Amino acid sequence: MFSQAKRRKLSEWFTAYVFLAPWFFILFVFVLFSIGWAFYLSFTDYNLFSPPKWVGLSQYIRVLRDRDFLQRALPNTLQYVAVVVPIQTFISLIIAFALDQNIRFRRFFRTAFYVPSVTSSVVISLIFVWLFSKVGIINQIFHLKIDWLNSPTYALPTIMMVNIWSTIGTMMLIFLAALQDIPLTLYEAAQIDGANRFQILRYVTIPALRPAIFFVVTMGVIGCFQVFDQIYVMTAGGPLGSTTTIAYLIYKWAFGSTNIQMGRASAVAFILSLMILVVVLIQRRIIEREE
Amino acid sequence: MTTMARTMPRRDIFAFWDRIKMPLFYGVLILWTLISVFPFWVSVVYSLKPVANSYAPPYLWPIPFTLENYRTVLTQFELFPRWLLNSTVVAIAVMLIRTLFCAMGGYAFARLRFPGKDLLFTLTLFTMMVPGQVTLIPQFLIIGPGVIRNLTIAGVEIPTGFGLLNNLGALILPSIVDAFGLFMMTQFYKSIPTELEEAALVDGLGRFGIFFRIVLPISQTALLTLALFTFQGTWNSFMWPLIVLRSPENFTLPIGLQWFKGEYYTLYSIVLAGSIFNSLPIIIIFFLFQRYFIRSVAVTGLKEA
Repeated sequence: MFSQAKRRKLSEWFTAYVFLAPWFFILFVFVLFSIGWAFYLSFTDYNLFSPPKWVGLSQYIRVLRDRDFLQRALPNTLQYVAVVVPIQTFISLIIAFALDQNIRFRRFFRTAFYVPSVTSSVVISLIFVWLFSKVGIINQIFHLKIDWLNSPTYALPTIMMVNIWSTIGTMMLIFLAALQDIPLTLYEAAQIDGANRFQILRYVTIPALRPAIFFVVTMGVIGCFQVFDQIYVMTAGGPLGSTTTIAYLIYKWAFGSTNIQMGRASAVAFILSLMILVVVLIQRRIIEREE
Repeated sequence: MTTMARTMPRRDIFAFWDRIKMPLFYGVLILWTLISVFPFWVSVVYSLKPVANSYAPPYLWPIPFTLENYRTVLTQFELFPRWLLNSTVVAIAVMLIRTLFCAMGGYAFARLRFPGKDLLFTLTLFTMMVPGQVTLIPQFLIIGPGVIRNLTIAGVEIPTGFGLLNNLGALILPSIVDAFGLFMMTQFYKSIPTELEEAALVDGLGRFGIFFRIVLPISQTALLTLALFTFQGTWNSFMWPLIVLRSPENFTLPIGLQWFKGEYYTLYSIVLAGSIFNSLPIIIIFFLFQRYFIRSVAVTGLKEA
């Protein structure tokens, strides 16, 4: 009935759909349907035990008036992103730059720097809770008496530091790969044109790194906006809400308290996505304009 | 530096820079090595000290030395070996299943022609940009109690959730394949030559046969890279297990350790000894397969660039 070519084409279709069947299941059930259902829930009042009740935009309005969101989660998260992203990008760039020189033991250094990035956030948090406790080693070494994680002033900066420390390995590797990808001929050409070292850095190295910088900053922004594990383990959002972030608030409202607010938590999740999107777009504008 | 810049001619600045450059770079690298390693080093040291010395100097060497904390963790807490087992089972299961499914899907996207391919691929890329918090609540409902409670059609109750709460299956099912791995494998299959497959096609081998007998064996590097990346992510994952696991005997190691900390806060050497069981395996795997980990980071970097 079918021609050989037609049969081959149909069998190729069939193979493709079979190979992609697991992904269809995940994509449609766990991703696309979930996004849609979360969007629906964000317009409802839903406590898991009675069916969702349609309330229109009032969850969004309530979130934007909520004290925990407005005075704690939002400023804390923005502050977190604004401090952590530039510092982690800058330090990892410096380290990658140093590693890209004619360095001995490069493999050793690279390995040492990457170890914090393969370790779980929980273990890292547990170690730092201990290091930074009031009677901990850090206070002993520096002769301090700061109760880092129980102080509204120091708790968030401490968590920021832990995050910077643990993410630099990955970012450094991305920069190092980008630096090593810059063709030598580019440097040679610049030298022949009489460019000095500063000009080479300014007009060859930095422009060539731009895609990597964009990628690292984007990754950093997304990661920081969603910071959760360290907060949960180290401070549980306290003291006095000083480390409550947006992602932590979503968890708390949806799962972490007796007063379950899945509708409101969904509304916050969409507000968070919008914020991430806006920041990433602005950042892309800035990096592109530099060109 | 600024005063120097004003008083020195340019050439001298560069000469000066050339002199201090290498010591400066080595200084930066050694300093950061110390900063990276110090927390791990002291945590190992203190896990080898008695609990009474949980905060006592010396910092850098286990004096007095004891293995008591490790013995306590493994024998006094009957749940601890269970957590280790749970974590291992889940991480290995997800690693094997996801690597296979990502390879299959990636091959389909890279090589096969079928209707709707471009749209599906775009959707796949799009899903990578959606923050996990958005899908978290519905995923919890789907895995557990159901999206709609007591949905009955014509008198028959239709389940809308998998009822897997507090079950390790809840950690495996949503992770059987993911957009990132699919994308990575698609890029990989696009980058390798097609001659071998074409020859096999001419010889009359079907697409299934080609994939399993020819393509999979030559994708070892990419498969291993993805497998290690997946293992690391699953082994370390925290938020999702925290939400779907309820009773201590079903915990994975990170959840167990967090719970542990609450119970034994004052006996921190024991918590540190427990932590080693979570960090050591992944660090050993990293040392053994460093090349692949570094590749996986480079591949992540490539996707945007």
